[in-house]
Amino acid sequence: MRFKSTLENYFLVLPAVLIFSVFYLYPFIQIFHLSFFDWDGIVSFKDATFLGWGNFKEILFQDSNWWQAMGNAGYITLIALTFQNILAFLLAWACDREIRMKNFYRVVFFIPPVLSEIVVGMAWRFIINDVDGANIINRMLTAAGFPNLAHNWLSDPKTALTTVAIVHCWKGFGWGFLIFLAGLQTIPRELYEAARVDGANAWESFRKITIPLMIPVMVLVAILTVLGTMQAFVLIIGLVGGEFAGYTSVPVLRILASMRGSSMFGYACAQGITFGMILVAISFIQYRFSRRAEI
Amino acid sequence: MRKVIYCVALGILLAGCSSGNQEPGKPTVNVWHWMTDRDPAFQELAGRYEAKTGEKINFELYAPSEAYSEKVRAAAQGVNLPDIFGILGEKRDFASFVKAGHVLNLTPYMDEMGGVWRNKLFSNALAVNEFPDNNIYNVSPGTYAVPTDIMTIQILYNKDLLKELGLNPGRPPATFAEFLAIGPKLKAKNLQGLVSGWGELWMLNCFANNYAFNIMGRDKVIATIKGEVSYTDPDWIKVLGIFKDMQESGILADAVVTMVNKTAEQLFATGKAVFAFNGSWCVNVYKGINPALNYGVMLPPRVTDKFPMSIWEGAGSSFMVNARSKNKEEAVKFLKWLTDSEQQAYLAEVTSNLPANKECLGEIPPILAQFADDMGLATHPNIWGVSESPLVTETLGRGIQSIIIGEKTPEQVAVEVQKVKQREQAKKRP
Repeated sequence: MRFKSTLENYFLVLPAVLIFSVFYLYPFIQIFHLSFFDWDGIVSFKDATFLGWGNFKEILFQDSNWWQAMGNAGYITLIALTFQNILAFLLAWACDREIRMKNFYRVVFFIPPVLSEIVVGMAWRFIINDVDGANIINRMLTAAGFPNLAHNWLSDPKTALTTVAIVHCWKGFGWGFLIFLAGLQTIPRELYEAARVDGANAWESFRKITIPLMIPVMVLVAILTVLGTMQAFVLIIGLVGGEFAGYTSVPVLRILASMRGSSMFGYACAQGITFGMILVAISFIQYRFSRRAEI
Repeated sequence: MRKVIYCVALGILLAGCSSGNQEPGKPTVNVWHWMTDRDPAFQELAGRYEAKTGEKINFELYAPSEAYSEKVRAAAQGVNLPDIFGILGEKRDFASFVKAGHVLNLTPYMDEMGGVWRNKLFSNALAVNEFPDNNIYNVSPGTYAVPTDIMTIQILYNKDLLKELGLNPGRPPATFAEFLAIGPKLKAKNLQGLVSGWGELWMLNCFANNYAFNIMGRDKVIATIKGEVSYTDPDWIKVLGIFKDMQESGILADAVVTMVNKTAEQLFATGKAVFAFNGSWCVNVYKGINPALNYGVMLPPRVTDKFPMSIWEGAGSSFMVNARSKNKEEAVKFLKWLTDSEQQAYLAEVTSNLPANKECLGEIPPILAQFADDMGLATHPNIWGVSESPLVTETLGRGIQSIIIGEKTPEQVAVEVQKVKQREQAKKRP
């Protein structure tokens, strides 16, 4: 009887296991396998050349473009982790309080994330660019008495990546806002009332109730931000058109360049595996740190 | 009642399977392509062909080109390519398709009846689709695709804006010095100079290549690709230096390094830029944006008279026949018909592209004829017989972008490119 029940359970999870194996596990194993070969993705795989760890060695020790792209992605992620998430948290905190039109703000703040990245990229390109766009930012700077600051934000290597990062934050803060708001709403109101009775002011309540209880949510948002931002690339294509001499290059654009531009499928797979490992490592470190903070 | 419903459903199904004029027993030839602008013309021609022969031609459009490219590669891996298809990519990708047995060698068909089919087509456009004896890709020699149209890439100038700058629109700049001298005048009139899709590296490399041919000649360029001449050679520094000169003179449009070609086309077509570096496909684009645009075509202004200026010319689009297709004879027959004068003239008229069939060059609009004028100076990397590593090409393109924005000197870029070249040579990838 027990055996039958166990068999039934296995039978019920079988479709999920099959789907996971076919669409996730098998492709991952194949990509890992391909990463050891020099293969252009067209000729028969039998004719591919086995390179051993050659692709990985090249990525880790010779491919300066790859590490420049990693650095750029890291920079965008840092801005997203700080500027974007602090903004999202503060706005969520404001909307969680009894303010007028809070439902309207909730809807407005969630509009950017639901827009397509390419649409956002092209719209901001139109807003920012002075050659083929409306040049709104530069006009505002000039009107405000700072004409010297007006320039081509997206084709100046000093400002291109930061501009991309800021637009990315604009596009992405709505997700953080929504998760933070949901987290804030789970904090029992009685805790704040009890604190008020005990003489705590707003800042003390925020520091001693809101922040500690929100740490698990902050960890979640931070991990999602890192994973989402490190993999951003569509927005960059929309805004800058591509890698712009490497100044706006990110790992996914490098993988695409290897696969499409250079027909180096094996190398692209190795880049994908390396990138995946780096993301797993970052998430793991983040998780460990956050566990320590919770304790 | 149930029987009646079954009968109706069966009737609908059978009706769905039948096709207009298609004669029973005749196969349907499936064609995959990516050319959104040419799709209505292809559909029209498919209809005409079916009316004439009873054979159905099914054109399937997959756009944009990146998505198409992925689809064709995936189909090649799954061995389920259509009867006729095109390949977007470099010559080595084309070679891989041939070596994998996906592409039919069209040489016997081209040579039939004293080479009637071959002789109709522009030899440069055909050469892009040919693999000569002892080619570096180890592909059996032959012609593996048919061009349906051709393109050249040159500089376009807005005649009205040249006049506004006090220049003679009938005599555009012929030398590089004359070209640079226009830069300061542009600033004074608040106009943009040269626009192009230099955010997409291939157009930047194309421009650099034209000047490499002019400054050092074809043989030295080929020798560089073979690894016999270094990218740090003074002639290459001179080639890279032209981008510095252009930036300093103000002849380049602002933000040209991040410009995609669609943007460049809009700027030129709307009269915001005086010059554009673009391919002959732009005639159709400009016609759509601004039919009244008054422009001409010129060669890139030469730096020296030592070697001729070169421009890229090649097959704008080519079709190949699936070697594993059951319908390959029908597919070849259709391609022969498609490249006949009548169909080529129709395509040129409707799509404003240069026809691949040289017999109908007399029937094209004057602006397209200007693109065709300099075909004697045309070349293309796919006919050089050697192929530069994509990583070297990418480093060169990115380096030129850095020169234009003033981040690197031509000498620094030359050293970087040579370093990547040496690394690639050491790898000896097949």
